Amino acid sequence: MPTYRVLDLEGNVIDTAQDPQLSKEVCLKMYKSMLTLNAMDLILYEAQRQGRISFYMTSYGEEATHMGSAAALTLDDVVYGQYREAGVLMYRGFTLEQFMNQCYSNAMDFGKGRQMPVHYGSRELNFQTISSPLGTQLPQAAGSAYALKRSGKDACVICYFGEGAASEGDFHAALNIAATTDSPCLFFCRNNGYAISTPVKDQYRGDGIASRGQGYGMDTIRVDGNDALAVYNVVKEARTRAIKESRPVLIEALTYRVGHHSTSDDSSAYRPKTEVSDWIKQDSPIARFRKYLERKGYWTDAEETEFKKSIRSRILKEFAAAEKIKKPSLDHMFTDVYAGEQPWNLVEQEAEMRRLVKEFPQHYDVSDYAK
Amino acid sequence: MFARRFLRIPTSALRPSTFTTSSSSIRTYASAAGTPPPAEGFMPSVATSAFMNNTREKALANPELKAVAAGQTKKMNLFQSVNEAMDIALATDEKAVVFGEDVGFGGVFRCTMGLQEKYGADRVFNTPLTEQGLIGFGIGMAAVGHTAIAEIQFADYVFPAFDQIVNEAAKYRYRSGNQFDCGGLTIRMPCMAVGHGGHYHSQSPEAYFAHTPGIKVVIPRSPIQAKGLLLAAIRDPNPVIVMEPKILYRAAVEQVPEGDYTLPLGKAEVLREGKDVTVVGWGSQLYVLETAIAMLEQQIPGLSVELIDLRSVLPWDVETIEKSVNKTGRLVIAHEAPSTGGFGAEIAAAIQERCFLRLESPIQRVAGWDIPFPLVFEKFYVPSALRCAEGIKKALNY
Repeated sequence: MPTYRVLDLEGNVIDTAQDPQLSKEVCLKMYKSMLTLNAMDLILYEAQRQGRISFYMTSYGEEATHMGSAAALTLDDVVYGQYREAGVLMYRGFTLEQFMNQCYSNAMDFGKGRQMPVHYGSRELNFQTISSPLGTQLPQAAGSAYALKRSGKDACVICYFGEGAASEGDFHAALNIAATTDSPCLFFCRNNGYAISTPVKDQYRGDGIASRGQGYGMDTIRVDGNDALAVYNVVKEARTRAIKESRPVLIEALTYRVGHHSTSDDSSAYRPKTEVSDWIKQDSPIARFRKYLERKGYWTDAEETEFKKSIRSRILKEFAAAEKIKKPSLDHMFTDVYAGEQPWNLVEQEAEMRRLVKEFPQHYDVSDYAK
Repeated sequence: MFARRFLRIPTSALRPSTFTTSSSSIRTYASAAGTPPPAEGFMPSVATSAFMNNTREKALANPELKAVAAGQTKKMNLFQSVNEAMDIALATDEKAVVFGEDVGFGGVFRCTMGLQEKYGADRVFNTPLTEQGLIGFGIGMAAVGHTAIAEIQFADYVFPAFDQIVNEAAKYRYRSGNQFDCGGLTIRMPCMAVGHGGHYHSQSPEAYFAHTPGIKVVIPRSPIQAKGLLLAAIRDPNPVIVMEPKILYRAAVEQVPEGDYTLPLGKAEVLREGKDVTVVGWGSQLYVLETAIAMLEQQIPGLSVELIDLRSVLPWDVETIEKSVNKTGRLVIAHEAPSTGGFGAEIAAAIQERCFLRLESPIQRVAGWDIPFPLVFEKFYVPSALRCAEGIKKALNY
């Protein structure tokens, strides 16, 4: 399948009719969000290396898929992610403070410190909490989309996943059930070439993920994932069709995972370092979009330098603040397993846990935990 | 009396049509007032069970049914009462939908009959044949505040959805810090033996789910119970699995209160009081236990057995059982699922912790053997009335 593209590698609009003509304000929000995500990734990745947080996953190279798609959606649209979509949440308004609090599992984390870092979620921003099992969010997204349709809302669901997750049974289940139930769901695949160490040649033998869409009876498009404007156009159109015509759309964004899979991974063990450096040199989504902005007269070198400096200091400030906040209170350990009355076994077990903590303070230091 | 042990097991191949009836025969059946339908398989005692409430007065004597005590009752079998519960759920909650494989035309066990005609195809609909897909779909509906009533055609086929239930549904609220939940999800599934179900139409997978914090699991024993527990499950703010003993769909018939009522989740029910031994079971096993107790009462004059329907496997009602065992000093647990890792083990362990000084004999577990559920050997596999009676005797004679 061909790949839809608006900007060439130099940031020129290939066909002027395809330029979405986004306002300067939107363009700069997208671009600044990319730079912010990039800077946050750098600092939190280093923080993990220093043992200050337990885990981290960067989004290097995939910034355009995040910001291009997020800009084409509204806050009424429900987002389901895999884990490498922090930029979508950032674009929607998740603050640096909130990102840091989650990664530090501190008392201000919305998730009450229960999940690993980068498992973000925000009710206010309509971003369903991330979970580790791959692909599980796909059929869930279809169900949420069906519910939105029944409510008559002018909204859809977007569900992000990697090309590796697309090999899970839940991918098949989700696309098929979304199609048969006419659910307004956008399935957004980030095809970045690798699932941890597994290259796509070991992942599938068909024409990527997009070629599967037709088999499910679904409008499908492949887009250059390093082209923020192409991603924007595709998601915008897909959203319109999904809601107006009550049906799912499959989008495959081709990109490249520049960073390691996670902080527990050294990607040089399975791919040459030159492959990564070549990608960074030849096709950086941030650089491509910047060239477009400069041509439009929206952005200058001076502004770039100034913004990078200020965002770095802001991130470091939030980082230091989050690090100082205590872990959540032990009160949150047994809650939210169930709504309503706490079952007796949980009541008894919590009492026993508290007894042990009280009796053996040398084994259970609670000074790092909020009261 | 012992003739029951040698009942012939129907050998017809199990297929959906075995369980379906044309609508005309349903009407015929419903109009045959006072005549219970023929019992199936190895469990003929259901139709004549003392636990079937065959009059309005008897049905409404249950203090749990206060809300509808002034109303009328209607004779129903279990699939009809399940159908009525969903009818009420759909009528009282515009955001409720019912879906699963083949539910559109009424379901292979007729539980969703007439609902699509009444509520429309956007509220009662078929899904593609994918258990992981349809449970994930239900979680997604519930995650945005809707009420999803999903059907797994047989409990034996819930395992493709195990990941969605255990890793997703059960942990949805906890992992998000209560920002999101899928409490609006209810999963119905026919379970337990049916006389000729073989490996994949007979299983009782409750113990797999009992090991999963965050979900609730209930198993009703009768039409009244099924309606009240299913409505409670649908309205509970947590994901709930409702396992319906399929052998009771037609065999269990009683007077069911009309109107809207719920029965409490997490609460056991003492079906008959006694002082010599406590016997615990759930689902269709209760009728086997009833028969076993009748057999023993003939052999041991004056025997007084306390029989408890656990009803909820998770969370389970330890208090009621503890209280009973503290009185009787003996406990027998019976379930169809294999013994090792079965829910009987959990009950036995908890009760010996709590009632150690009161126990006068080792806790007995009468369960399926630790083998896959076999076809032609079913009567040798199930914890039959004879085996249950033997287990109770062991507890009494220790």
